Amino acid sequence: MSFLEVDDLHVTFSTEDGVVRAVDGLSFGLEQGRTLGIVGESGSGKSVTSLAVMGLHRSARVNINGRILLDGQELVGASPEAVRRLRGRRMAMIFQDPLTSLHPFYTVGRQIDEAYKVHHPKAGRHEARTRTVEMLRRVGIPQPDRRANDYPHQFSGGMRQRAMIAMALVNDPDLLIADEPTTALDVTVQAQILDLIRDLQQEFGSAVMIITHDLGVVAELADDVLVMYAGKSAETGPAESVFNRPQHPYTWGLLSSVPRMDRERQERLVPITGQPPSLIRVPEGCPFHPRCPYAKLNGTRSFDEVPKLRETGEPGHLVACHLEAEVRARVFREEVRPRL
Amino acid sequence: MRISLGNGKAKTPTERPPDAPLLEVSGLVKHFPIRHGLMQREISAVRAVDGIDFTVEPGQTLGIVGESGCGKSTTARLVMRLDEPTAGRITFEGHDITHLSRGAMRSHRRDLQMVFQDPYSSLNPRHTVGRIVGAPFRLQHIKTEQGIKRAVQDLLELCGLNPEHYNRYPHEFSGGQRQRIGVARALALRPKMIVADEPVSALDVSIQAQIVNLLDDLQDELGLTYVIIAHDLAVVRHVSDRVAVMYLGKIVEVGGRESLYRTPMHPYTVALMSAVPVPQAGGRDRNRRILLSGDVPSPIDPPPACRFHTRCWKAQEICRQVEPPLRELRSGHQVACHFPENEPAGTKGPVSLAKPNS
Ligand SMILES: Nc1ncnc2c1ncn2[C@@H]1O[C@H](COP(=O)(O)OP(=O)(O)OP(=O)(O)O)[C@@H](O)[C@H]1O
Ligand SMILES: Nc1ncnc2c1ncn2[C@@H]1O[C@H](COP(=O)(O)OP(=O)(O)O)[C@@H](O)[C@H]1O
Ligand code: SF4
Ligand code: SF4
Ligand SMILES: [Mg+2]
Ligand SMILES: [Mg+2]
Repeated sequence: MSFLEVDDLHVTFSTEDGVVRAVDGLSFGLEQGRTLGIVGESGSGKSVTSLAVMGLHRSARVNINGRILLDGQELVGASPEAVRRLRGRRMAMIFQDPLTSLHPFYTVGRQIDEAYKVHHPKAGRHEARTRTVEMLRRVGIPQPDRRANDYPHQFSGGMRQRAMIAMALVNDPDLLIADEPTTALDVTVQAQILDLIRDLQQEFGSAVMIITHDLGVVAELADDVLVMYAGKSAETGPAESVFNRPQHPYTWGLLSSVPRMDRERQERLVPITGQPPSLIRVPEGCPFHPRCPYAKLNGTRSFDEVPKLRETGEPGHLVACHLEAEVRARVFREEVRPRL
Repeated sequence: MRISLGNGKAKTPTERPPDAPLLEVSGLVKHFPIRHGLMQREISAVRAVDGIDFTVEPGQTLGIVGESGCGKSTTARLVMRLDEPTAGRITFEGHDITHLSRGAMRSHRRDLQMVFQDPYSSLNPRHTVGRIVGAPFRLQHIKTEQGIKRAVQDLLELCGLNPEHYNRYPHEFSGGQRQRIGVARALALRPKMIVADEPVSALDVSIQAQIVNLLDDLQDELGLTYVIIAHDLAVVRHVSDRVAVMYLGKIVEVGGRESLYRTPMHPYTVALMSAVPVPQAGGRDRNRRILLSGDVPSPIDPPPACRFHTRCWKAQEICRQVEPPLRELRSGHQVACHFPENEPAGTKGPVSLAKPNS
């Protein structure tokens, strides 16, 4: 069993318009010392997944089913108190917008002190502050002893994200979840933060789950990749395998939609047609079928049967698509690879 | 004021050569004053745009790229005459529009339209698509209601929407469809130029490509000229013929797309390009990435001389003393740096005196 094991996770919300199937039978595992990148477009269920793992769903309309095991301990249905004890100490999270998770009225240092003291009740003020300053230094805040006394608004966007990371890591968690940690940042600052996360990961050896809509960010950080579509895993496997030999038509579409800096300029981008489905009325069969150019290649299966994740022949690389292996290989070779 | 009727372009004929720039911007400055105290004394200013020059040729696309706060949107708003410039000159089709009043701007407004970043907030939620896209016709009194409906439906179709969407409201559409509505509205009066501020950055990647292709097709079909602003370097390369790189209110480098992306010369451009993550197994070679230290300084009190010197690994004393002028070091490719990267052989070293740009 993996350090973090998610098994057939379902998260639904009841709303006036109907039931939102935000996460719909998701399974994955993550080992310590490894980084899993979860990638997908907005609304595919990435944040809902991470909040479920962190036990942070507060809505009364939420319904969580399935299993989430952290180091063997079941989190689904665990008491809020038990999950709170784990949060911060064994698992921590950083968000897209550090301003929403840092309190504007307290100094940055004080907030990190408090985060430390929650799990080290015996620690005195001095011990906590020493630890805070050490963490701020580690994440690259210049003059950390002085800057610890600043308020969040006195920090730039990049520094706030560094402070968030310092706060998340202050108790040396075993699992770090970063939900779009660089989406709000400029590209040069993003490069600094990605570098930092990678270094810290190597240093602390924790498990990291990075959630993003940017395939480039996943490629930078992740050992393993999970491509989400409509609350499900479309494809998952080692990053090398997924980027070099992607198997799912949705992944193909994502890769050919984006203009690339590392290639000759394409005359024309190849978008995915249509738009992501409503999670209240998810299409029957394969949720991607209304946008998939290959949906008709296997009779009516794509229209009536939900594809299950199955082996691709590459170690650890699974795909949820009905295409026969030979058909998939031919389409990839003849149509997809030439435009990637 | 001239009110034009009907469909045709009743423009005063101009004797400008066909390849004369459609838009010329020179010495453009916008300072936002920061006031303080009872007397609201001006104590300093946000130097959002601080002396920029560029031209856009008809039928071409100029891309403007740079990090948050460098002045891209302010530039767009100045060109659109939505903000009053502090100094400088904006010439559109040979007419100086720098200080034209709202009324006097009206005749140019048809030819100069804008597409906004946020397809959610830029469309009035209480108006139907027909009303939104038809508004420019009504404002300019150039069509009958019957004529407007037909024209709007044609525009919707042109932009990849269903003409039957005429009576629907913005909230019934996805982000990508809303951006199509925004483009349709901008196209209503058959403008010559469209200024698009981050037209795809709020959209999912699969939808971004749809809108990029739409803009591309419309340019071919209608001979449009674009200024496209974006922070995504890959998108800018894809859509632009020429690209200007901004840093703290200045254009630090401008050139043809191929020249700029193959041989970037300003250290900032080089760093920016090396920072873009690419979707390739293992990411980029970390050794070839230039990691800049720190963040972009405040535009309230930007560093003197070369504004990039606080983050530049090549900075020398002269960079702190003398502002490097934009110099053309390759054909059509200018850079403002004393020690450029990828410098073609045989170019002179740093200038010792700041000269006005030619
Ligand atoms: N109305 C205003 N009053 C005061 N300052 C302003 C105003 N509008 C813009 N600024 C400032 O001018 C600078 C340039 O802003 P601008 O919006 O042009 O940046 P931008 O390049 O479009 O950035 P982004 O990529 O974040 O959209 C910023 O420091 C901004 O805060
Ligand atoms: N509290 C909530 N109530 C109802 N629907 C929700 C709630 N939170 C998220 N959703 C829906 O769940 C789906 C997945 O959302 P999310 O996980 O935030 O997507 P993303 O992949 O962009 O992070 C979306 O359709 C979203 O609207
Ligand atoms: S199952 Fe069918 S519709 Fe779904 S991705 Fe595969 S081919 Fe396309
Ligand atoms: S002028 Fe000097 S500081 Fe400025 S970019 Fe060039 S080398 Fe760097
Ligand atoms: Mg999210
Ligand atoms: Mg802007």
